[in-house]
Amino acid sequence: MPLFARLYNFAHWLTQDRSEAEDLVQETCMKALKGFDSFHQGTNFRAWIYKILRNTFLTSRTGLKAAPVSLDSDEDAVVEPIAPGTPESILISSLDQQMIQKALAALPVQYREVILLCDVEEMSYQEIAETLAIPIGTVMSRLSRGRKAMRELLNDASIRSASRSIDK
Amino acid sequence: MTCDEVRGKLTPYVDSELPAGEMTELESHLRGCAACAAEALGLLQTKLATRAAGMRYAPSSEFRMRMEQMMQAKRKPAWWRIRFPRLATAAVAAVLLIGSIALWVNHSGRERELAEIADLHVTALASSNPVDVVSTDNHTVKPWFAGKLPFSFNLPELQNSGFTLDGGRVAYFERNAGAQLLFKLRKHQLSVFIFKNESGGFPSYPGTVTATRLEFHIETWSEAGLRYYIVSDAPASDVHALGELLRKAARS
Repeated sequence: MPLFARLYNFAHWLTQDRSEAEDLVQETCMKALKGFDSFHQGTNFRAWIYKILRNTFLTSRTGLKAAPVSLDSDEDAVVEPIAPGTPESILISSLDQQMIQKALAALPVQYREVILLCDVEEMSYQEIAETLAIPIGTVMSRLSRGRKAMRELLNDASIRSASRSIDK
Repeated sequence: MTCDEVRGKLTPYVDSELPAGEMTELESHLRGCAACAAEALGLLQTKLATRAAGMRYAPSSEFRMRMEQMMQAKRKPAWWRIRFPRLATAAVAAVLLIGSIALWVNHSGRERELAEIADLHVTALASSNPVDVVSTDNHTVKPWFAGKLPFSFNLPELQNSGFTLDGGRVAYFERNAGAQLLFKLRKHQLSVFIFKNESGGFPSYPGTVTATRLEFHIETWSEAGLRYYIVSDAPASDVHALGELLRKAARS
């Protein structure tokens, strides 16, 4: 059953803790069972259940700590490319999964969740907008900024790793 | 389009969310602008790397069991089912939807494994980018996996078979990286998954096993240390025919 394992993966990325992720998935399933009347047939079930999970997370201890950052003040501004001229494609392709996971974990939750929903869950912007209850323009701007932040983290990690190899 | 305009649209571009007209205009700019093309490539690589690394956490078997017990408890008759039949229907529907969890846990290791594999096939088909290497050429697809997987495999010769190769991607099952190859036969799509058999997470059983999950036909077998799965809505005989081609390729 894809949603169970995928919901758990998403929950673990949000909470960064196995036990909290389990509680979050369990509570989400309980709420979904109780509140199934609020799900309208013909609408998106996946967006509905992810929305329950995400809202449950926001009211959890970890979620409350992560929530208050405002990231969307200038959402229409163009996100500048990172370090123009850097052969970034070579750097990123040489990174291992662990580095990518570390970079993803280091992002603010608001960026991490939108990137996970888009790139890992492969949701459309419309589905992400429904899940996070934000406009599509905000989905796009958070993705742009989140990916930029992630690429900067990956470039830094890659440069550190390269200089360690040279020092050896 | 100017470089500034293009950069503002690169995010929806790599996510395939740009309207067709703008997509053509943007691609025409990328062909003539190395800086914007490098930026688009960087974004796309970040996206693909995240997709591969993002399926990191799997629920423990203890947690699955706990959820199963919870779902079972929810199924027991309760007073409100009698007083509020609509609510009861909704709850049952919810159990069926969310709670294939229960169904999933109830099944044997093999059933669970086949259900997961069928889900991987559905997820790929639902994706806007079902394959990461798009090619009908064995000599392009096979080398693409080199360095991405801890094993190599042979692709079948498809001449006059009716099957065509669409491409491939890296798939994850029980935290093991494997190959997912997409084939086409008439209007059917077939996923072939190949994982290293010793990676763990794969129930061991001899010979070729066929099953039907979620209306998909599945065939699985082991060959030369690799576990193969074919999943498709194509008739079982066609799934078997592709299996024969793969087995022949593995022995060559």
